[in-house]
Amino acid sequence: MSENKNAYVKQVADQQYQYGFTTDVHTEIIEKGLNEDIVRLISSKKGEPDWMLDFRLKAFRYWQEQTEPKWGHVHVPFIDYQAISYYADPTAKKTGNSGESGKIDPELEKTFDKLGIPLEERLALSGNTAVDAIMDSVSVKTTFKEQLREKGVIFCSIGEAIKEHSDLVRQYLGTVVPYRDNFFAALNSAVFSDGSFVYIPKGVRCPMELSSYFRINARNTGQFERTLIIADDDSYVSYLEGCTAPMRDENQLHAAIVEIVVMNNAEVKYSTVQNWYPGDENGKGGVLNLVTKRGHLRGVNSKLSWTQVETGSAITWKYPSCVLSGDNSQAEFYSVAVTNHHQQADTGTKMIHIGKNTKSTIISKGISAGKSQNSYRGLVKIGAKAEGARNYSSCDSLLLGSDCGAHTFPYLDCHNNSAIVEHEATTSKISEDQLFYCNQRGIPTEEAVGLIVNGYAKDVINKLPMEFAVEAQKLLSVSLEGTVG
Amino acid sequence: MLEIKNLYARVEGKEILKGINLTIRDGEIHALMGTNGAGKSTLSNVIVGHPKYEVTEGSIIFNGQDLLAMTPEERSHVGIFLSFQLPVEIAGVSMTNFMRAAVNARREALKQEPLKSTEFLKLMRDTQKLVDIDKKLVSRSVNEGFSGGEKKRNEIFQMAMLQPTFCILDETDSGLDVDALRVVAEGFNKLRTPQTSAIVITHYQRLLDYIRPDFVHVLLDGKIVKTAGPELAKEIEDKGFDWIKE
Repeated sequence: MSENKNAYVKQVADQQYQYGFTTDVHTEIIEKGLNEDIVRLISSKKGEPDWMLDFRLKAFRYWQEQTEPKWGHVHVPFIDYQAISYYADPTAKKTGNSGESGKIDPELEKTFDKLGIPLEERLALSGNTAVDAIMDSVSVKTTFKEQLREKGVIFCSIGEAIKEHSDLVRQYLGTVVPYRDNFFAALNSAVFSDGSFVYIPKGVRCPMELSSYFRINARNTGQFERTLIIADDDSYVSYLEGCTAPMRDENQLHAAIVEIVVMNNAEVKYSTVQNWYPGDENGKGGVLNLVTKRGHLRGVNSKLSWTQVETGSAITWKYPSCVLSGDNSQAEFYSVAVTNHHQQADTGTKMIHIGKNTKSTIISKGISAGKSQNSYRGLVKIGAKAEGARNYSSCDSLLLGSDCGAHTFPYLDCHNNSAIVEHEATTSKISEDQLFYCNQRGIPTEEAVGLIVNGYAKDVINKLPMEFAVEAQKLLSVSLEGTVG
Repeated sequence: MLEIKNLYARVEGKEILKGINLTIRDGEIHALMGTNGAGKSTLSNVIVGHPKYEVTEGSIIFNGQDLLAMTPEERSHVGIFLSFQLPVEIAGVSMTNFMRAAVNARREALKQEPLKSTEFLKLMRDTQKLVDIDKKLVSRSVNEGFSGGEKKRNEIFQMAMLQPTFCILDETDSGLDVDALRVVAEGFNKLRTPQTSAIVITHYQRLLDYIRPDFVHVLLDGKIVKTAGPELAKEIEDKGFDWIKE
């Protein structure tokens, strides 16, 4: 590596995380620590019915018996679960009286404006995206609720859904990701705060994109997102999720569960652009993003696709998965995961084929720079009754510089001889010759890296809705600014 | 005008150029011939500023500017273009995006507004016709899966897009059949203005039948050992280099 290129690597240190500001808003935060009383307190703050509290308590008791999983190719710092506050409400009134609702603190509105998420419907991005804006533990506002309601689409915070659409939530919550699924799923099930609830009724094509924007603001709190999406027979919905957090020296915990149920002939597209604060260049701070996302393709001919662009978080530990129960169901997973500095990502998917003629596609692109570690971990399981199942997996890794790592852990578990499973993997490096070729044509190195990385990630970016794709492209370039040595 | 004085350069610690002196005035074509390893490609890489090549002594002045003090992209912006001997492939990056970045980077350096999409696409189409390159090549990723000949044509296409004033053709003829050679050479001739100057590196007379040099230089062991008119190329084709060495 020449002196010149070393200088590029150093520039990374100066790079700013664009969303690192904090919001000065009165926030009601409950005392730190976790015990049954806290679980009861959260439930009562949200005014939940008894069955919900029972669900939480069962999950909490189960969680207490568990230990953190250790199998990931990540080094998770010690998390003191008693040093975290499990509920922070930035919408709480200073007087303590939460009776008057509907008025949003201007500071909150400003925050979401700054993040490019206008809460005023007339200012909506394309006029065709409804937003559920969530800060810390509480949904601040959900837009276009009424228009959606006319079509029978329910889009609201999960907290509201538990009260207003109790039967639906009760029928589906925890059926895709049971609280016994894993340590963090149990934790989430016990203390989850807010997230989005979506129900698309039979035969309805959701008339607009639905999106949730997650923001962590308060210090020493955890965010426990819980999202539940149900697409009934013959319905369609495209759902987007974005996330950012302020720069803080300490780690922040985000342990989410997303459950998706897809019925006969229904289709769900779920897209994520994850840009949680990644920590500084020495690996201090950053969000621990420990997430369980899973979709259940219950119906015949159902379709589900996960598309994710992961650029943030100190640690990402997530495997958006699909259980393909319905015959002829199709699942897709498209992922770009970027790690820089000391970031660690262990991400991938699970495709569980149960029904006949089920088909899954996995396209994973890992990009590692700095001193980061980037792993793809994926399971393709073909059940004994999954006649004619097909899977195609392609896992590529791109390395920038020589201090980072790329790893691939593909697992295959096949119990049906008629299945066809393909796996391809490549590892490449941006070469000095490629960069020089760009330079000679007048393209500066920084821009050349952006160009090459976006070209590499194109197959995944193209799967995102238009506006998200543009944002994701910028994000990829910014995340990797000055990383080439 | 390009003026190279007493240039010494090395790559990976090995001295390759050992005192090159060469002056190229506007509008002149200089052919550079010599055995493999004589330093022809090193010279072209040093002119465009490849980081692997280290200049230990000497200077290169281009239109009054100290070229060695400039970054590779700055050299490109002032009008220097290298047609690579082995153009690299860049998977996933479309020729359109690549050329847009290149054209607009240069415009930015020249303090011009970036081209609008429609203007840029028109420039692509017009240039495509000018150098007679297949539309399909332009819609693919940069050099990805191109044959040797297609890559060389693509270099000439890029040259046409960027309209340089000083070109280096580094063995642009190698790997081309007679027809492709003619297309590439004619493309270059079409792009030339009376001010365009060039260094043409080649092993063969046949390219010089299309691109007539004003001077032919023989480079041996890092030094220019002989300079003459176009007839020298013919003589080398017949007799090789040994007679010059002696």
